[in-house]
Amino acid sequence: MKSIPTPVRILLALLVPALLVPAFPEIVYPVFMMKVLCYALFALAFNLLIGFTGLVSFGHAAFFGWAGYTTGALMIRFSAHGLPVELAILAGIATATAIGWLIGTLAIRRTGIYFSMITLALSQIAYFLAVQIGWTGGEDGMQGIPRGRLLGLIDLSNDNHMYYFTLAVFALGFLAIHRIVHSPFGQVLKALRDNAPRAVSLGYNTDRCKLYAFMLSAALAGLAGSLKALVLQLSALNDVMLTTSTEVLLMTLLGGLGTSWGPVVGAALVVSLQNYLAELGGVVTIIIGLTFIVCVSFFRRGMVGEWQAMLQRRHSKQHNAPIQDRATTTAETPGR
Amino acid sequence: MFDISMQALAAQLLVGLINGCFYAMLSMGLAIIFGLLNIINFAHGAQFMVAAFLAWIGFAQLPLLLGPEFKVNFWAALVLAPLLVGGLGILLEKTLLKRLYHLDHLYGLLLTFGVALVLEGAFRHFYGISGVSYDPPALLQGGVDLGFMFLPVYRGFVVVASLLICVVTWYLFEKTRLGALLRAGTENPKLLQAFGVNIPLMITLTYGFGVALAGIAGVMAAPLMQINPLMGSNLLNIVFAVVVIGGLGSILGAIATGLALGLLEGLTKVFYPEASTVVVFVIMALVLLLRPAGMFGKEK
Amino acid sequence: MQFKQLSVCLAACAALAAHAQVSDDVVKIGVLNDLSGIYSDLSGQGSVTAARLAIEEMGGKVLGKPVELVFADHQNKPDVAANLARGWFDQGKVDMVTDFPTASTALAVMEIAKQKNRIVMPSSGLATAILGEKCTPLTAQWTTNTYALAAGTARALVKEGKKNWYFITADYTFGHSLEKDATEVIKADGGTVVGSSRHPFPGGDFSSFLLKAQASKADVIALANAGNDTVNAIKQANEYGITRKQIVAPLLTYISDVHSIGLDKAQGMYLSEAFYWDFDERSRAWSKKFFEKQKRMPTAAQAGVYSATLNYLRAVQAAGTDEAKAVMAQLRKMTIDDAVIRNGKLREDGALVHDMLLLQVKAPSESKAPWDYYKVKTVLKGADVYPPISPACHIGQ
Repeated sequence: MKSIPTPVRILLALLVPALLVPAFPEIVYPVFMMKVLCYALFALAFNLLIGFTGLVSFGHAAFFGWAGYTTGALMIRFSAHGLPVELAILAGIATATAIGWLIGTLAIRRTGIYFSMITLALSQIAYFLAVQIGWTGGEDGMQGIPRGRLLGLIDLSNDNHMYYFTLAVFALGFLAIHRIVHSPFGQVLKALRDNAPRAVSLGYNTDRCKLYAFMLSAALAGLAGSLKALVLQLSALNDVMLTTSTEVLLMTLLGGLGTSWGPVVGAALVVSLQNYLAELGGVVTIIIGLTFIVCVSFFRRGMVGEWQAMLQRRHSKQHNAPIQDRATTTAETPGR
Repeated sequence: MFDISMQALAAQLLVGLINGCFYAMLSMGLAIIFGLLNIINFAHGAQFMVAAFLAWIGFAQLPLLLGPEFKVNFWAALVLAPLLVGGLGILLEKTLLKRLYHLDHLYGLLLTFGVALVLEGAFRHFYGISGVSYDPPALLQGGVDLGFMFLPVYRGFVVVASLLICVVTWYLFEKTRLGALLRAGTENPKLLQAFGVNIPLMITLTYGFGVALAGIAGVMAAPLMQINPLMGSNLLNIVFAVVVIGGLGSILGAIATGLALGLLEGLTKVFYPEASTVVVFVIMALVLLLRPAGMFGKEK
Repeated sequence: MQFKQLSVCLAACAALAAHAQVSDDVVKIGVLNDLSGIYSDLSGQGSVTAARLAIEEMGGKVLGKPVELVFADHQNKPDVAANLARGWFDQGKVDMVTDFPTASTALAVMEIAKQKNRIVMPSSGLATAILGEKCTPLTAQWTTNTYALAAGTARALVKEGKKNWYFITADYTFGHSLEKDATEVIKADGGTVVGSSRHPFPGGDFSSFLLKAQASKADVIALANAGNDTVNAIKQANEYGITRKQIVAPLLTYISDVHSIGLDKAQGMYLSEAFYWDFDERSRAWSKKFFEKQKRMPTAAQAGVYSATLNYLRAVQAAGTDEAKAVMAQLRKMTIDDAVIRNGKLREDGALVHDMLLLQVKAPSESKAPWDYYKVKTVLKGADVYPPISPACHIGQ
C-alpha cells in the first residue's frame, strides 16, 4: 500500500487530542477551537491560490463573508420551516463559487500586481453591496443564526456536537486540498506558478486552470465562511472588509506560504493573538504590524516553512528534494 | 436627482478639481516609488499622516516644551516635516526595505503595510483617535466670493501649490539629466553601475524623495481635515487606484488621473453620493481590464 | 408539634439563605469595548476607569462577596466580541457586560447573553435594533439611544423657529436611524426637510455636501453622523463660511469630539447629550475623580458605564442574588438617580428613560477652564424625548 504522506500523518496525529478537546473545556475552550478551525480552513483555501498557484488575491473576504451571509440568511428565515443545515452550507459555497467565477474571469486576464489590484477593486465593490443590500443587516449584521440539525438528527446548537462537525469538515477540507495539490491538476498549477510561458508552450490552457483554481479557492473559502457563520452564529460587515482579506494573508504568511500546515498554524496564532491580546489593552494593531514586519524581514518562509528549512539543513548530507517555497522560487523566477 | 443648477454644478466641479489636485500630488510620490523602484509603498498614507502630525506638534506642542521661540509655523513645517518624514523613509529603506528587492512585490507591500499599522497604532496611543485641529496660516485664511460659490483662500492655495509641485517633479524626472539617470538606473542598473553611478544611493534617495512628497501633501492636508491617525489610510485607497489607473510608474499618469478622479468623485457626490468611494474601484477594475498598464503606463 | 414547627422554620431559613446567593462566589463585571480603534476616545480605557470607580464606591463587595472587573478590546469585530463574551460567560464567571461601541458587537453579545442568562448593558452602543426587533429582556441600554439624541436637538431648534432642515447623513444604519428619527420629530413639530445627502462611511471631504446644504438655504444643517466625520464636517463648514448663516447641528457628538475640534469652530452649535460633567455638584464631584485617573473629562458613554455598573451592583444587593432575571426585575423597580443619570426608569424593552441635556457649545471667550465647553440650555424630560416601545420588540415572548 502507498505510504501515508507526512501532512496527512500530522492530521491523523492531531486528530487524537482534537477529539478530546470537549472533555477539557478549561484547557482549550471548544468555541475558540471552532473559530480557529474555520479560519484555518479559510487560510488553507487562500494558500491554495497564493502558495501553489502563485496568485495573490486581496479580495478573499468577499467569498468568506458572502457565504456567511447566505447561510445565515437562509438559516434565519427557513430553518424553522425545516431547511436542512447542509443545504444552507451548500448555498453558501455556491454563492462563494459564483462570486469567485465573477471575480476570477475578470482578474485572471492580468498577472502579477494587476491581478491583485483587480481582486482588491472587485472585493471593495462586494463590500459596498453588502452595505447597501438590506438583508445583510448592514453594520448591525446578523445575529442568532440557528445552527439547525445535522441530517435532521444531531442538534448542532449543542457546542460539543457542533465542534465535532466542524472538526470533520475541517479534516475533509484539509484532505481535499491535499488531494488537489498532489493531483495532476495541482502539478499544472505549480508549473504555472514556476514558469507560465513554458506551461503554455506545453499546451496547457493556463487561463482555464487559473480560473478553476480561483473558483476552488473561493468555494473552500466559502465553506469556511458558512461554517464560521454557524459556529459563532454571527455574520457581519467586517467579514467582507479588506481587513479580513489582509488577516488571512497574514495568517498564511506567518504560517508558511505553500506549506500544507503553515496556514493552520498561522490561523491558530492570529486568532489567539486577537483573543488574548484583547485583554491587554489597545496594543493589538501595533503588535500585528510588528508581526508583519518581523515575519516579512526575517521569517519569510513562515513558521512551518522555517521549520522545514531547518529540517532540510539537518538532512542536507543525504539525498533530498528541494523545498518548494515561494521566497526562493521567486528569487529564481525572472521578471518582476 | 438632476435638478441641479449650472451654478451649483460648477461649484461641485471646482470642489472635485481641488480634491483632484490633492490626489495628484499624493499619488505622485507613490507613482515614483513604484515606477522607479518597484516598491509598493503601503506606508505612504501613514507617512502622510506623520507629516501632518509633525506640523501640528511643531505648532502646538514644541513651544510648550522648548519655549515660544520654537513655534514652527505652517511655512516652516512645509519644509521641515517632509524632510523629517523623508529621512525616516530613508531609514526604513536602508534597514528593512533593501533586503526585499530581489523578492516578489508582495513582500515589500507587506512590510510597508506592517509599518503603516505600527505608525497608526503608535500615534493613536499618544494622540487618541479623534485627532487634533490645525488652522491654515494667517495669510491664507478667509475666502473669496466667486459668485457661484465661496472659495476658501486656502483651498485655492492647495490647487496652485500642488500643481506647481506636480509640474516641477514631472520636469525633474522626465526632462532633466538626473531624471534620465534615474530612469536608466531602474531599467538597467548593472550597466549604469558600470558607468560609476551609485545605484543603491540613488534608490535610497528616490524612496526618500517619494516619501517626502507624501510629507508635503500631509502638511498641506493638515488645515483641510482633522489630523488623526487614520487620515492617511482612508485616502490610500483612492491614491492607489489613481496610481494603478494612471499607470504604475507614470508620473504624468498619476497627475492626470488624480485630477480626473477628483472630478469624477465630485460628480458622483452630486448624483449618487453613497457610491463616491466605490466608483473609484469600479473605474479601476474597468481600466485594468481594458488597459492593464493603465492609461499612461507601460506594462512591465 | 414543636418539632414540626422547628423543622419548617429551619427549612424556611435554609431556603432564605440559599436565596441570598451569588453565583461562583464572585460578582464579575466585564467591560467590552474598543480600546484601539475609532471609538477608543469616546469609550476605551475611560470606560474601564469609570467601571472601577463604581466598584470602589460600592466598597468592592456586594452581598459579602468580592466584585471583580475584567475588560477586553473587541476591536470592533462582532466575532471577537462574541468569542470573548462566550468565554467570559462560560468560564470567566462574568455576570454582566457593558459598553459596546459598534452596534454589531452589542447585538451579537445580547444574543449570547440571552442564551446564557446574563445581563448586557450597552452604554456607547447605539442602534435602533437594540430596542427594536433584537430586544431581549436581559438588556438595559443605559446611556441613550439614537431617537432621544435626535429628538432633543430637533425639537428644540424647530421650536426656535428653525423649520427647514438639510441632512448630511452617514450611509450606515446608525446614520439612517438618526436621520429618520430626527425627521419624524421635525415633521411632527411643523418643520420640513428640504434635502439630504448620504456620504460613504467613513467620509473625508465634505465640501460637496456642505455646498449642497448651503445652496438649499436650509435653516439647519443636521449632521447625522459621528466621530471624525462630524468633526471634519464642522471644520469644513467653518472653512466655507457656512456657520455664519446657517446652524450646524450634529446629532451624535461626545465631548471628546468637541475637545478635538476646538471651541472656535464648534461654538454656538446645539447638541444633545446624556451627561455633562459640569452639570451640577454631584456630576462635578464624580467627574473630578475620573479626571484624576484619566486626565480627561468623562464622555457621556464612559459616565454611562459608571452608572450602569453602580446601579447593577445596587440591584444585586437589593435583590439578594446575581441571577440575571431577578436583578433585571430589581433594576426595573428602582428609580435611577446618581451623579450621571437623573430620574431614570428602566422600561421593559430595555430603554433607560432618563433626563437628557440640551447643550450649546460656548464661545472661546465664555470658556473659563479646560473642558468648560457647554452651556446647559434645558433639561429634557425622558418622557419627552424617548420613543415609545417599538412594535418590533416582542418582549415577554
